[in-house]
Amino acid sequence: MTQLREPQVDRALAREHGLTDAEWERILEILGRAPTFSELGIFSVMWSEHCSYKSSRVHLKTLPTTAARQPSEVIGTVLVGPGEGAGAVAIGDGLAVIFKIESHNHPSFIEPTQGAATGVGGILRDVFSMGARPIASLNSLRFGPLEDPKHRMLLRGVVHGIGGYGNSVGVATVGGETSFHECYRGNILVNAFNLGLVEADKIFLGQATGLGNPVIYAGSKTGRDGIHGASLLASAEFDDESSAKRPTVQVGDPFTEKCLIEACLAAMRTGVVVGIQDMGAAGLTCSSFEMASRAGTGIEMDLDRVPQRAANLSPYELLLSESQERMLLVTRAGEEQRVLDIFADWDLDAVVVGRVTSDGRMRVRWHGETVVDIPVDPVAANAPCYDRPRQVPADLGERQKLDLASLEPESDPAGALLALLDSPNLASKAWIWRQYDSFVQGNTVIGPGGDAALVRVKREDGTPTRKALALSVDCNPRWCWLDPHAGTVAAVAEAARNVACTGARPLALTNCLNFGNPEKPEIMWEFAESVRGLGDAAAALGTPVVSGNVSFYNETSGRAIFPTPTVAMVGLLDDFQRHAVSHFAESGLAVVLLGETREELGGSEWLALRRDLEAGLPPAVDLAHEKRLHGLLADTIAAGLVRSAHDVGSGGLAVALAECGFTGPADLRIGCRVALADAIRADALLFGESTGRVVVATADADALLARAAAAGVPARAIGATGGDRLVIGPAGGAAWIDVELATLQATFARGIPRRLESA
Amino acid sequence: MFAVIQFPGSNDDRDMCFAVKSALGAEVALVWHKRGELPPGTRAVLLPGGFSYGDYLRCGAMARFSPVMAAVKRFADAGGPVLGTCNGFQVLCESGLLPGALLRNQALDFVCDPEQRVRVEQAAAPFTSRARPGQVLRIPIKHGEGRYVAEPAELARLDAAGQIVLRYCDAAGETTPDANPNGSVGNVAGVRNAAGNVMGLMPHPEHAAEEGLPGGCDGLVILGSLVDWLERAR
Repeated sequence: MTQLREPQVDRALAREHGLTDAEWERILEILGRAPTFSELGIFSVMWSEHCSYKSSRVHLKTLPTTAARQPSEVIGTVLVGPGEGAGAVAIGDGLAVIFKIESHNHPSFIEPTQGAATGVGGILRDVFSMGARPIASLNSLRFGPLEDPKHRMLLRGVVHGIGGYGNSVGVATVGGETSFHECYRGNILVNAFNLGLVEADKIFLGQATGLGNPVIYAGSKTGRDGIHGASLLASAEFDDESSAKRPTVQVGDPFTEKCLIEACLAAMRTGVVVGIQDMGAAGLTCSSFEMASRAGTGIEMDLDRVPQRAANLSPYELLLSESQERMLLVTRAGEEQRVLDIFADWDLDAVVVGRVTSDGRMRVRWHGETVVDIPVDPVAANAPCYDRPRQVPADLGERQKLDLASLEPESDPAGALLALLDSPNLASKAWIWRQYDSFVQGNTVIGPGGDAALVRVKREDGTPTRKALALSVDCNPRWCWLDPHAGTVAAVAEAARNVACTGARPLALTNCLNFGNPEKPEIMWEFAESVRGLGDAAAALGTPVVSGNVSFYNETSGRAIFPTPTVAMVGLLDDFQRHAVSHFAESGLAVVLLGETREELGGSEWLALRRDLEAGLPPAVDLAHEKRLHGLLADTIAAGLVRSAHDVGSGGLAVALAECGFTGPADLRIGCRVALADAIRADALLFGESTGRVVVATADADALLARAAAAGVPARAIGATGGDRLVIGPAGGAAWIDVELATLQATFARGIPRRLESA
Repeated sequence: MFAVIQFPGSNDDRDMCFAVKSALGAEVALVWHKRGELPPGTRAVLLPGGFSYGDYLRCGAMARFSPVMAAVKRFADAGGPVLGTCNGFQVLCESGLLPGALLRNQALDFVCDPEQRVRVEQAAAPFTSRARPGQVLRIPIKHGEGRYVAEPAELARLDAAGQIVLRYCDAAGETTPDANPNGSVGNVAGVRNAAGNVMGLMPHPEHAAEEGLPGGCDGLVILGSLVDWLERAR
């Protein structure tokens, strides 16, 4: 028999595992003895920032996580809120959507292709482990400047990773966002979103119920990859030595994942599965503890039965490995063979590794020896929780200072427009999304490149419905740096507005909060402000927060990223054939601007690009106006009154009008002629980023203006579609901008590729 | 009845079933790759797209050894129509049922384009009878390894024998280099065997089979031709 040789477990070793002295004392108190080496490993991952949310929980519990109380058949009812693998929301017809966004930032910086690929794999498992078929993915990516060859490499690697995994598993990547900023030079962000579809009464939870029920391990074999990915990689800052942590990055196998999706969905259809959970961060440990904790049970497990791909794995390694594509299932006792047979048919390993017990303890054996014997709840449900000190950043006043009066006006509006369209943040992202399968499963109504993606709802048995889901992921990190509360409110408002531009009504949201080191009071203040903004906006728009993820320690050598609270909004459209596109679809339509343009240039792309200045207050958000605007869009698009709707976002009205002209099908290019009468400075009119604005095209401007007036939404007819030029000027004066659409389109299209080719 | 073969890693299998059933009203069955025989009543076989066996060795190289492929080969040898799309095309080339091979795209990147055009070079039963010669179809593509290659002599022979069925082209029907998404020799997008009953193509007709979705309906020209042929042969 192999002898277990393990290091001496003491306070010093606990520190090496990222545990504080107070946490070490707490472990001694819980156990009444010193932990074994395996137990120490378990505490260190379960109490890591990544798994326990110990710095964020006090703030997250303030978020609105349910819609108004209503029965489960009512659209918008939250069926499963935060705490499970992903959130679930009813969409009517007995169906529900399950969705979540999650970060894979640190692994992607160390090894971009595998880091991004396993990010996609992990979020898919969170969704299908609840019984849903994953139908659509989004991603939100942040890199350093493309002038840096390392970041060109990272961009290529991440895109290959997302595409390589998502394409192979057969889940459409229907949209996303990508931006570039100096603050991500030492710490890129890769946030992956997935949404799945499930029958509302067939949602599975990660719970180990039923005394004596078998615990089944299914999927890939366990290896040494990814040990301490969650505790050491994701829960600490980067430094120059971080590349030495490459072995903590996992390797993805999308083929196994695809087989796992089909096998798990088939297993769940048998009716004998009582609980199921993905082995994600902290692997076998986290999944078994969470499943037992939720059910109020215990588990006894025999590690020798775990399928292993390397020889002589220690219990510590078996418990902490983050090998990918693995699931833990609990079935009804005596009926497990039906499930095991399904996995065998898909040539996947599936083994009974343990049983559910009633004493609330986790007992793990290895070679006949008990290596873990600890109570479940103190580890899983009662992890440490900190209300960390917060402090307003010393330079916040400096950041927010902007004197518009002394700001030199734009002297070359057409040149500014071309420069904006060429800039990596605003340029076409087609180079990225052409590498993603955006239409597998045959439901994509609007793919990448629009304001929001639109995905038709088709039942698992292949019966199509009229309904569609609108999806958008958004955040303006610069605004969040200037004012984390206002910036986060704006992110929620923009995501909802993008969804509304398709004609859908915003339903619920998920979020991925990417921040620096929470032990620094200024970062913690940013975080708390951001969560407050998220809650305020979610409550005002009636879009509950149903799932989410926090990623701290996004710093390298002490320099934090901008606060980046990525918001992904899901909306519902009753009839997918009655939707609006974001581009002008016809000539001769009236162009109407919904919402008000104010003299706001703070935090704008124009200010950063043309004045090299990142300062001021972000534009104000009027959430009551937003809600009225979203309702007006849904009503007028459903009525066929609005043909196209495009959010006015980064780069302002000039960029939005240009995009309306050329972001449709390749052979469609429609210009417009627009006159603006507002009495504010022209550059704010053209490039200011006032929120709550949408450019729409309609055949009946009078009817639309009347509807807008009735809804209390400011609206003005500003021009007409047609021609092959974009012409914008003051009412009755010489044009500020008069450029051929083809020129604008070429600049927009080449922005990213030309920078990549310069390598 | 149409038999859609499901390999581990197939991911357009359900979409193919949906297109054949709802757009064309034909009967269809999903057939697991471990079956040694095609279901009774099978009149046409469809090999769908995806990443069979993860494409880990070479696209289609593992799937050709799946038990069901022996049955598919017997079916094809007996004159039964077999259509492979994307990964299905790769499986047919690896199995020797179609000439040539499919390599990594010239630009090395996966390419997804819902607006890809192909020109119909041969308008004939059983796969393209609904088309006019020279007709331009808009059928989506999505693949990383779709660059069709064959020896020059073989290619000339295929051309002369009318075995090149589809070529990538622009909206005007010109087979320009710019319209070639993957570097295929001669812009070849689809070929058939000498007997004419086995065809492979990289574009996805099953994703151009529904009004109201951006893929359009041109894929029904191909799938519908097969339905017509089965009707006539009845």
